[in-house]
Amino acid sequence: MGRVIFFIREGARALRRSAAPGIASIVTVAVTVLLLGVLIPVLQTTSGKADEVREQVGLRVFLFDDASPEEINTLQTQIQEIRNVESVEFVSKAQALKILRDRLDAENKEDLTEQLPGASNPLPASFNVKPDDLDNMEAVRSALTPPGADGKPAPISPIIDEVADSRDEATSIRTVTGAVKWFLLVIAALLLAASLLLVGNTIRLSIYARRREVEVMRLVGATNWFIRWPFMVEGLICGFIGGAIAVAVLFLGKEAVVDPLADSINLIRGEDTIAFATLIAILLGVAMAVSAVGSGLTLRRFLRV
Amino acid sequence: MARYQTSGILRGRERGQRRPEHLTERRSKPPIVELRQASKVYAGGHVALERVSLRVDRGEFVFLVGPTGCGKSTLIKLLIRELEPTEGEVLIAGKDIATLSNDRIPYLRRRIGTVFQDFKLLPSRTVYDNVAYALQVIGAARSEIRTKVPDALRLVGLADKTKNYPDQLSGGEQQRLSVARAFVNHPPLLLADEPTGNLDPATSVGIMQTLYRINKTGTTVVVVTHDREMVDKMRRRVIGLDAGRVVRDQAAGLYSDEESTREFAARLRDELGVEDERY
Ligand SMILES: Nc1ncnc2c1ncn2[C@@H]1O[C@H](COP(=O)(O)OP(=O)(O)OP(=O)(O)O)[C@@H](O)[C@H]1O
Ligand SMILES: [Mg+2]
Repeated sequence: MGRVIFFIREGARALRRSAAPGIASIVTVAVTVLLLGVLIPVLQTTSGKADEVREQVGLRVFLFDDASPEEINTLQTQIQEIRNVESVEFVSKAQALKILRDRLDAENKEDLTEQLPGASNPLPASFNVKPDDLDNMEAVRSALTPPGADGKPAPISPIIDEVADSRDEATSIRTVTGAVKWFLLVIAALLLAASLLLVGNTIRLSIYARRREVEVMRLVGATNWFIRWPFMVEGLICGFIGGAIAVAVLFLGKEAVVDPLADSINLIRGEDTIAFATLIAILLGVAMAVSAVGSGLTLRRFLRV
Repeated sequence: MARYQTSGILRGRERGQRRPEHLTERRSKPPIVELRQASKVYAGGHVALERVSLRVDRGEFVFLVGPTGCGKSTLIKLLIRELEPTEGEVLIAGKDIATLSNDRIPYLRRRIGTVFQDFKLLPSRTVYDNVAYALQVIGAARSEIRTKVPDALRLVGLADKTKNYPDQLSGGEQQRLSVARAFVNHPPLLLADEPTGNLDPATSVGIMQTLYRINKTGTTVVVVTHDREMVDKMRRRVIGLDAGRVVRDQAAGLYSDEESTREFAARLRDELGVEDERY
């Protein structure tokens, strides 16, 4: 216990005695953490959006307006029994109209549906059929409309008007978000590598400046760990301060820029991104670990005396 | 504390010293320091030590003398494994220190107090903290540090400079600080590389007395020095090095064996052509 206090005092003392290298480490750590703090949610958002798109993709089975409730029920069970179908959801004519209205509303567009004459509703009722996997979509479609005697597709039920899918749209969305995700990942990796090198280099410089001191410590009988701990404590302190600065900036940024925008721009709305508190904890942890371990590793070179 | 009672030895009274044990054949414990055919060739090819063999027994007080560049500091560095011999063996308390793992070296160094020729003080620590560091390293209790450090500083006359940093000390004060750090944890072996090199005669005598007193408590002391007067007065074992070889090993020797101080003074007078009696 006395040891721990000694090492903490030693680490703090070194920072007080020579602030410049400490400040350099703090700044590099802050920049790195800031990058991380921006990139993690961005990455999560893009992959979140991709998943969302995947989920929306499915077949839509449009029904004729004169389908009776019994016919609809029978068809629903029929579809449910098809292999590779994960779920079937019935959307009535009224629901379809409501969905359209909501969407127009959300996009702040004029509600065209109000201009519809009388109570007429041009939207058909439909089933949203979701395959268990995007790749099984074609199988499900041919199960719904198997080729008839004349070779033309013959729907399994007379109330089926049309079977549509968003397959093309889906795949293109998938490739685009996939590409964006990889691009961001690569950038993030490069940035991280660059800032880790930067942090390592800063630490190396500050330790290099004190290598004589380390040598003397060795010569008067200090063990490597005895020398190393204060440096690691110093790294921890710098990591903490740098991390805290970055987190403060991130928080301000979130409050001032992201949150107001989130209301109008769907892409940065953060439902499926990491919770801010968790993010802070991870970032601080990473910052402290990186700079402490970095100090410890760099020191190794000078401990060979 | 009886501090300045030893001036007698400096007048050379203590002569009936026994011969170094290695000159007789009987030995029970291994010598605390032993070099076997140790050579050191520096990277540039300079031969600093050439097949040096010597033994120092527990409790001895040894002067290591020789012209500048003859390899004295190199020899000291071999003993604490700051350097490793190019050939031959260095044994401390019977153990070949080349076999120590990197992890064990600190424990060797803790048992050897070293006064470095270039002091090797920690620039970012005060006088007090420099001395305390040698105790913190061995995990000494704070209470122990609080009593031992002031004692050591008082002994070398730095009691009133505890808060200074090394760059706020004179050369001689830095040297004394280095001495204090070397013996603060009472090591069984004390190596002093020119501990009086920057000191005035009075302070030199004080340091030598301190070393002598430490030796009296059982610590083996090896002193590298150019201080002819001190060596001649103390009449201790003298090992002479020249160009990396041991050229002399005398039980109660003088700084140089060719001439006495009086003869040297006479030679100086002749060479300088002075008649003044003060020389
Ligand atoms: N690191 C080194 N690399 C190359 N040569 C060295 C090195 N250190 C010392 N030497 C050489 O080795 C020789 C012995 O050096 P050493 O320091 O042991 O001398 P010394 O006897 O202590 O001299 P002094 O009395 O001046 O302190 C010298 O000629 C010196 O130039
Ligand atoms: Mg020397």
